Amino acid sequence: MMSRKSMHRTLRQIFIAPLLVAIVSTLGLVGALVGDGWWDALAWVTLAVPVVLYSLFIWWRKPN
Amino acid sequence: MLLLCVTGLPLIFHEEIDDLLHSQVKPAEVAADAPLADLDHLLANAIANAAGQVPHFLIWDRDDPNAMFVSVGPSITSDPSKNLLIRMDAHTGAYLDAPDVTGRFTYIMLKLHTDMFAGLPGKLFLGLMGILFCVAIISGIVVYAPSMRKLSFGTYRAGRTRVVRWLDVHNLAGILLVAWTLVVGFTGVINTWADLVLKMWQYGQLAEMTAQYRDRAPPAKLTSVNAAVEVAAHAVPGMTPSFVAFPGSIFSSKSHYTVFLRGNTPLTSRLLKPALIDAETGTLTDSRDMPWYVSTLFVSQPLHFGDYGGMPLKILWALLDVLTIIVLVTGIYLWVRRRRAGVSVDRVIAHSSGVESPALSS
Repeated sequence: MMSRKSMHRTLRQIFIAPLLVAIVSTLGLVGALVGDGWWDALAWVTLAVPVVLYSLFIWWRKPN
Repeated sequence: MLLLCVTGLPLIFHEEIDDLLHSQVKPAEVAADAPLADLDHLLANAIANAAGQVPHFLIWDRDDPNAMFVSVGPSITSDPSKNLLIRMDAHTGAYLDAPDVTGRFTYIMLKLHTDMFAGLPGKLFLGLMGILFCVAIISGIVVYAPSMRKLSFGTYRAGRTRVVRWLDVHNLAGILLVAWTLVVGFTGVINTWADLVLKMWQYGQLAEMTAQYRDRAPPAKLTSVNAAVEVAAHAVPGMTPSFVAFPGSIFSSKSHYTVFLRGNTPLTSRLLKPALIDAETGTLTDSRDMPWYVSTLFVSQPLHFGDYGGMPLKILWALLDVLTIIVLVTGIYLWVRRRRAGVSVDRVIAHSSGVESPALSS
């Protein structure tokens, strides 16, 4: 087991992934407002990101 | 919030559910470029099927270019939220149907979702709940940091007790959904102010635009609504009519037709622009862009409903809503657990982890 100190993560490490997800989903939310066609597709892909990540982490993880 | 998320879920698909549960008369099959019915003719047909009613609004169906609605009430000053909607064929001008929607599943869900059958106070109450929801999300972001100090992103401790697993689910789903829940939550709050915003517009810009008509008697005989729409469409090129408010209705003056026009992209199709047509002479009086507070309301609507990106977006909206329900349920569980234990969840977890795997306890 690692020492307790090395396991502590900085705020940046904690929030980098959530921040990326938030930026990506916001892009999709706004994108579909701007236009149809490709813009809609952009929204579908970006808003699927949180759903896919959730499924990956909760259901399709390797048994440990 | 749980009520809002649960009732909101079927509302995402309200059109599909209505289609499934309730049959409606289909408009005549016509070629894509078939001419539209004369609106005066269409209106006369609608009124002929609604004895004793007067028209408030003439509405183009956003989702079905072959259909239109005439919204009628017992008098021009009656409460328009109690109006009857008459569906008309946009090409032939024939009467289709006027179903009573108030018993429908989607209507009950809508009322529970927007005002809990309590009118404006209900709406404002739910708006307040929405604000608290946004505050809760922000505080959730704040407590996410200490909770994740020793864990990597997406950690799910599958082998641990329920309180640990549900904390991980709560943290993960909550932080993944931050952008969506904040947008849907905050635009929902804005929607609860819709009545107030429209009142503000009515007494602000609309009153200003029709000021010189204030003391004039209402026209004895109205000019053609078809001509009014043509004048308006000509005055505001590049926009499509969305609905017409009749003289005396809440979105017009006693002396005008107000023709509301919309743009053609997902964003601009929500931004209505009013054109006032003198109902005595049929000429254009004024046309202005809506003030910022109305535009904000209009833009916040699709962002709350999720109806601006086709069926895939609706499905994603539903999935994200289900995940939000999971965050709420796990949140309630963790809160109850913490109250019952009289200590913080972290302490409970520290305790339970000590029992389960002594090697990991600190």
